[in-house]
Amino acid sequence: MDRELIVTVSDLTCRYASAPRDALQAVSLQVRAGEFHALLGPNGSGKTTLLRAALGLVRPVQGRAEILGRPASDWSRRDLARVVGVVPQREENLFPQRVHETVLLGRYPHLSLFGGVRAADRAAVERALVACDAVDLADRWLWTLSGGEYQRVRLARALAQEPQLLVLDEPTASLDLRHEMELFELVRALVDGPGLAALMITHHVNLAARFADQALILAEGRAVARGAPADVLTRETVERVFSWPVAIQPFEGRPQMIPLRQRKDAL
Amino acid sequence: MRYVLLAAAVLATLAAALLLGPANVPFGDLLASPIVWQLRLPRALLAFLVGGALGVSGVGLQALVRNPLADPFLLGLSGGAGLGAVVAIAFHLPGPWALPLAAFVGAVGAMALVYRLGLMGGAELDPRILLLGGVAVGAFAAAITTALVSLAEAAELRNAFLWLWGGFSGASWTTVLVMLVYAPLPLVVLVAAARPLDLLALGEEPAQYLGADVRRLKRLVYLSASLLTAAAVAVAGVIGFVGLIVPHVCRLLWGRLHHTLFPTAFLTGGVLLAAADTLARTVVAPRELPVGIVTALVGVPLFAFLLRRWTVS
Repeated sequence: MDRELIVTVSDLTCRYASAPRDALQAVSLQVRAGEFHALLGPNGSGKTTLLRAALGLVRPVQGRAEILGRPASDWSRRDLARVVGVVPQREENLFPQRVHETVLLGRYPHLSLFGGVRAADRAAVERALVACDAVDLADRWLWTLSGGEYQRVRLARALAQEPQLLVLDEPTASLDLRHEMELFELVRALVDGPGLAALMITHHVNLAARFADQALILAEGRAVARGAPADVLTRETVERVFSWPVAIQPFEGRPQMIPLRQRKDAL
Repeated sequence: MRYVLLAAAVLATLAAALLLGPANVPFGDLLASPIVWQLRLPRALLAFLVGGALGVSGVGLQALVRNPLADPFLLGLSGGAGLGAVVAIAFHLPGPWALPLAAFVGAVGAMALVYRLGLMGGAELDPRILLLGGVAVGAFAAAITTALVSLAEAAELRNAFLWLWGGFSGASWTTVLVMLVYAPLPLVVLVAAARPLDLLALGEEPAQYLGADVRRLKRLVYLSASLLTAAAVAVAGVIGFVGLIVPHVCRLLWGRLHHTLFPTAFLTGGVLLAAADTLARTVVAPRELPVGIVTALVGVPLFAFLLRRWTVS
């Protein structure tokens, strides 16, 4: 495989000041163009820290994080925002704004200091809205959107950045079945079609197994398993990492996890 | 349409400031009158510039601390400026520039102290600590100021108090020139920060993912907005509510994007303060009200109205 290497994280160790243990310990990860990576693990296992460190927001104690072969900490935020589009877990909406204004924020890293919005920027916004099936939402106020619509708009904003890598931090939390599936399908389509790389933090082990090319499982800051979902999502690994008994059954060639009831009489 | 109205308001306010006053200058003599040239025109321009500076500073600081109820003077600057001014009066510092310079030094001193407090958690400026630190530094400076005032003689005390409420009776072409030379740099820095400030409204981490250098942004905006406010307070005293009200009015009329917000806030702040000053020197003519009293009398009801809107929506 000689698709372009976008993210290289090698042997990365991170520690927050005053934390009792390393938030990440010697974690490695490589993301190439046209690959969909899922980042799995229980709460507090270091998933978000890995994203932050890979994108230069957290300085590693040890190891390297590179984007397109250049250390993440060497990138200016503006240059990096032209390569990587992020849908963060949460953000604030201090002042009311409309959908098209929100998506236009994704063009900011492409605008010159005092220059205005160009036709090319409007075209990129339009393309992003089309890709996310959000054209009809363009004139709506952000606060009138449903949870699923809101996530599509935020993904459109990241696409308007025209990135090579999409990073999503639990994008389907609190979405219903249809919106959750639509979002996974959309990310998959962006990886297969335009050949974006995608890195998604999710708690949906089964959807990650169905949609992702690669999975990395973190537990307590360590990489427990990495590789194709079929190799990684074994009963032993999932039970150990998530501390709950499960059964694994294949479906369309991908492992699907079924959490077991924990009956007292069965112990 | 709103821009046309704003332009009309600018012209009408300046015209009113030139026409109205205790001395009756006939309309035909307006352009030839030394009262207009030496008193009313520089005074109107200075009020306009100070109002504009406070409006822009308010927009910048509200975006920085991500709190729509922030006022430029909330960050301790008024306390520091007041202390500087009262020191100048109490110790009889000589020269016409002693008072404004002392006020400026006091404001910048308070700014530096609050800035230092804001950095206490590490290399990042923490907006919440800026707010708390500002209130604390302001209260501390006010305590020293009051101690000095209570020890000073009665006539001086009156001067100090009047100065603290702000006014443009000392306006001259020199002070206008000082503002014209001083204000552009912080103004340009703030206008250049317009787009990153739009991003900052999303929160610090999302703003960084969209390309904003948040750490540098916070420092530049805090310093520029504070230096603008410090200059305003040095030439005109503490004039409250302009920096609080103007950003809200402009956001309601022109939306929340900073590249329109900064210029409209400058013009709106200018109009508001020039009009307030015209009122201040005409309603009880030949005496004058401190202009800060007028802005507070107009500003507080307006603020209550905005607060109601805010909580209802």
